[in-house]
Amino acid sequence: MDTSNRAKQEYDQMVKKASPNSPIFTNCVKAFFSGGLICGFGQLLLDYFSKTNSEDDAALMLSVTLIAISAVLTGFGLYEKMGKQCGAGTIVPITGFANSVVSPAIEFKKEGLIFGTGAKMFILAGPVIVYGTLTSMIVGIIYYFIGR
Amino acid sequence: MGAKKIGKQTVRLNEGVRIMSVASTVSKKESEGPLGKYFDKIIEDSMFGEKSWELAESHFIRENMELVVQKAGLKMKDMDYLLCGDLLNQCTASTFGTVDFQIPFFGLYGACSTMGESMSLGAMLIDGGFANYTLVGASSHFCGAEKQFRAPLSLGNQRPPTATWTVTGDGAAVLAKKGNFPCIMEITTGKIVDMGITDANNMGAAMAPAAVDVLVNHFKDTGRTPQDYDVIATGDLGEVGRSLVVALMKKEGYTMDGRYTDCGIEIFDKNAQDTHSGGSGCACSAVTFCAYFYPKLMNGEIGRMLFIPTGALHSPTSSQQGQNIPGIAHAVVIEGCGEKEARK
Repeated sequence: MDTSNRAKQEYDQMVKKASPNSPIFTNCVKAFFSGGLICGFGQLLLDYFSKTNSEDDAALMLSVTLIAISAVLTGFGLYEKMGKQCGAGTIVPITGFANSVVSPAIEFKKEGLIFGTGAKMFILAGPVIVYGTLTSMIVGIIYYFIGR
Repeated sequence: MGAKKIGKQTVRLNEGVRIMSVASTVSKKESEGPLGKYFDKIIEDSMFGEKSWELAESHFIRENMELVVQKAGLKMKDMDYLLCGDLLNQCTASTFGTVDFQIPFFGLYGACSTMGESMSLGAMLIDGGFANYTLVGASSHFCGAEKQFRAPLSLGNQRPPTATWTVTGDGAAVLAKKGNFPCIMEITTGKIVDMGITDANNMGAAMAPAAVDVLVNHFKDTGRTPQDYDVIATGDLGEVGRSLVVALMKKEGYTMDGRYTDCGIEIFDKNAQDTHSGGSGCACSAVTFCAYFYPKLMNGEIGRMLFIPTGALHSPTSSQQGQNIPGIAHAVVIEGCGEKEARK
């Protein structure tokens, strides 16, 4: 087998030709509507909670409710079925974040509470938390010097 | 050069080594596929009554190996060597699945090419006069493989069309010196081939060059062509990998026609079972050979077959560090009972 750089480049082209692409258009449409539905549902909840609570409390109760629903759906194996169809629609909202924490927690349960669930719970969400915090710090510093 | 070696990578066994019996045990998903009726044992519960996916895979191995020895009409203590492997880190599925057998053990890692590796080495041990019977096999488990190589099962992500579905199960064979059974005649051991593929969701593309390399060298060493075989079956390249093999072989001057198939394409119905490019995993080629091709070799429907399990030699760590995914493939020539009669 010729493994020269030229052969590798040629092969790369062959692979691109032979590999079917994900159906990006239908994926986008599905994600748009499913994500919109989740957010619309969130808005209904927010309106409901706002009736009897302060704005901050209502927002917190909304997040907790969506996370709880997502966690339960993940536990019953339903979120993965939704995710297969909805893609980014179920990944981007806060429900996707909850799914990414609960699914490794379940998967690594067999390795025990410490080295399994505890250690592995954030293998997917960890980077989001780390870089989310880092970004907010940087934005905060910029705001401190030039934003005020 | 060894007396039995022909060409660069091929050995020819003296009188051939017999595949005395085979057994395949799979889970529910495989039983619902096109080959469902051929498997020996179907385990509905993919946990197999165990606490973890890893132990479940060991259970598949243990039951299937006991079954194959029983089908050969032999006892476990008759086996001179056990050669098998799986996909889990440090091959622990094989270790815990076979620890009770207490027979000399070679643990193998050839990723999904392990069935080819175990059959090759098991046959060489017998042909070399080191054993009368060897027990060979390979296993994989969808859930264990997903957990180790990809994402947690309940994560709501999408699989690209090039992805394959790891087969859950174990395929095993008892190899022997004598008897009227299908025969392993030649073995072409593959080299590691790296064509720069890094997409872990496109294993077919990563492994296809290794399959082509071993095919071309096999044909050069033996002086044969694809048309000298009734069936040529690669391990788990799937639809994408098969089309790449056909294209690459054409460039090398060989026509891979309808006699060329891939076990990953045979084992699942990709539309009905949502398996995308096809089946994969060590068990893919192992159970497809044992359940589907072996009976055809036995009854003479297939005269001569080229069986080429294919593997992707990467780990989650090597992939995360940006290394390519090198492939490997091992070719085993198996002649059916009919073929032997015809040559007499």
